[in-house]
Amino acid sequence: MIQVFVFYLFAILVVASGVMTIGSRNPVHSVLWLILAFFNAAGLFLLIGAEFLAFLLVIVYVGAVAVLFLFVVMMLDVDFAELRAGIARYWPLGFGLAGILLAEIVLAVLAWNAGGLDTGRRPAEAAAEVSNIEALGQLLYTRYLFIFEAAGIVLLVAMVGAIVLTRRRRSDVRPQNVSSQVRRRPGEAIRNVQPPVGQGVEL
Amino acid sequence: MTAWFQSQLGTGFGWFVSNLILVLLIALPLMLAVAMIIYADRKIWAAMALRRGPNVVGPFGLLQSFADGLKVFLKETIIPSSANRGLFIIAPIITFTVALIAWAVIPFGPGPGGAMMVLADINVGLLYLLAVSSLGVYGIIIAGWASNSKYPFYSALRAAAQMVSYEVSIGFVLIPVILWAGSFNLSAIIAAQQGHVLGFLNGFGFNPLLFPLAVIFLISAMAETARAPFDLTEAESELVAGYQTEYSSMSFALFWLGEYGNVLLMCGMTAVLFWGGWLPPVDWAPLYYVPGIIWFFAKIFFFFFVFSWVKATVPRFRYDQLMRLGWKIFLPISLIWVFLVSGYLMLQRDGMLPW
Repeated sequence: MIQVFVFYLFAILVVASGVMTIGSRNPVHSVLWLILAFFNAAGLFLLIGAEFLAFLLVIVYVGAVAVLFLFVVMMLDVDFAELRAGIARYWPLGFGLAGILLAEIVLAVLAWNAGGLDTGRRPAEAAAEVSNIEALGQLLYTRYLFIFEAAGIVLLVAMVGAIVLTRRRRSDVRPQNVSSQVRRRPGEAIRNVQPPVGQGVEL
Repeated sequence: MTAWFQSQLGTGFGWFVSNLILVLLIALPLMLAVAMIIYADRKIWAAMALRRGPNVVGPFGLLQSFADGLKVFLKETIIPSSANRGLFIIAPIITFTVALIAWAVIPFGPGPGGAMMVLADINVGLLYLLAVSSLGVYGIIIAGWASNSKYPFYSALRAAAQMVSYEVSIGFVLIPVILWAGSFNLSAIIAAQQGHVLGFLNGFGFNPLLFPLAVIFLISAMAETARAPFDLTEAESELVAGYQTEYSSMSFALFWLGEYGNVLLMCGMTAVLFWGGWLPPVDWAPLYYVPGIIWFFAKIFFFFFVFSWVKATVPRFRYDQLMRLGWKIFLPISLIWVFLVSGYLMLQRDGMLPW
């Protein structure tokens, strides 16, 4: 009983905040609604007993991705009138996409009701007493090891690429060199001189 | 306790009532602790600056925080006319709530009958803490943006970059601890520390392989809670008061309470993850006659003293130095340590080490 109630609560909140994400006029509000949607999705994950995925969703998406999103969106200088004009131009495309998605969902549900596809044995059968962190770990590091590593390499390449593209060496700045500052000794920094009267000091 | 309430009031309602009582049992003393820890902070800071600190309200100035609270409570809440009204009010509430909810998974000590003194003994407790501590940044970002003022906005941008950066190193520091304890559950992590080093020292921090991580964690915790020397979000010489510039009255006080609540939480996390939580520092039977909760509070207070000590003595970092420390020093070190510790554990558990 309570599960059904909580499920519908989270589900309605996900859908509502999804609608508000695309409906709200202010882009910052949109991101905040998106964060609320992530939260409720994490709640749904918890409800089906996937607590690891739920917390991963909160840590990765809410804690890092959405923060950077918000970071960028806050600094945007958005012209709202122009945005309105954009909506007028793009709504047929948008509604077309939405219609295709809806049709796909309906088809999937119909197919599911017709009995589903017989894919044979389930690929991953977790033992009942294993927590889902261990179950995920066992699968990721045995059966899906190469795919997992390949995903890691793709991300690494993307990261290196982003750094290479944005990094530039500037010759006109003098960055702080901490180790040389730490290594500096009084002998290099101070010079004792006895200037003769009437003459300055050669620097 | 839950069982007793459920037998009296029925399953659902009894569970609700007992958990409500437990929540209040954690939240109300926490508020009191925050008030007293603010007083302690000011006293420690004053002592290191050869001043006397708060000494007028009550004996030794003990009631200073309550006087401040009363004053703040009686002021008018001012909302700037150009602020984003809803978000402006929500922001301090988020900061405060996030600081409170994290305490749900902190084990305070062994309870009666083998149970733990913890509100929610969930098996992903550490992930919960990570998730909650990554939410803390939202209060600050939203406050900075909703104020519609330049200094709070700069502060919000700094806070976002700073907290995301140090979360990375905190995440990597936690991995060796999890590997060694073999669990995400905080009670299990504490239990794994009993007699961890040489059979009689309780705490991962006494292990030479994990001690550097304890230091990195403590420093990252200071950066994560934006305490001095990393308090660039409210650097008064640059940003007036940072994200709280436009706030007044209770909304300001909520930021204040949330900030110190987070500091206490980070001290508690240091104690739980590296220094044995509610275990005494040495695995020696007479020390166990002292209740575990006393050891835990003593450790929290010790680490809070370290926080105050650092605040009183270390000058503020520059922003590029902060980023350098986080990304170029802590991140590589903690990454290498993940390799080191996991390699060591692999060899040890396969019995390939000579000891």
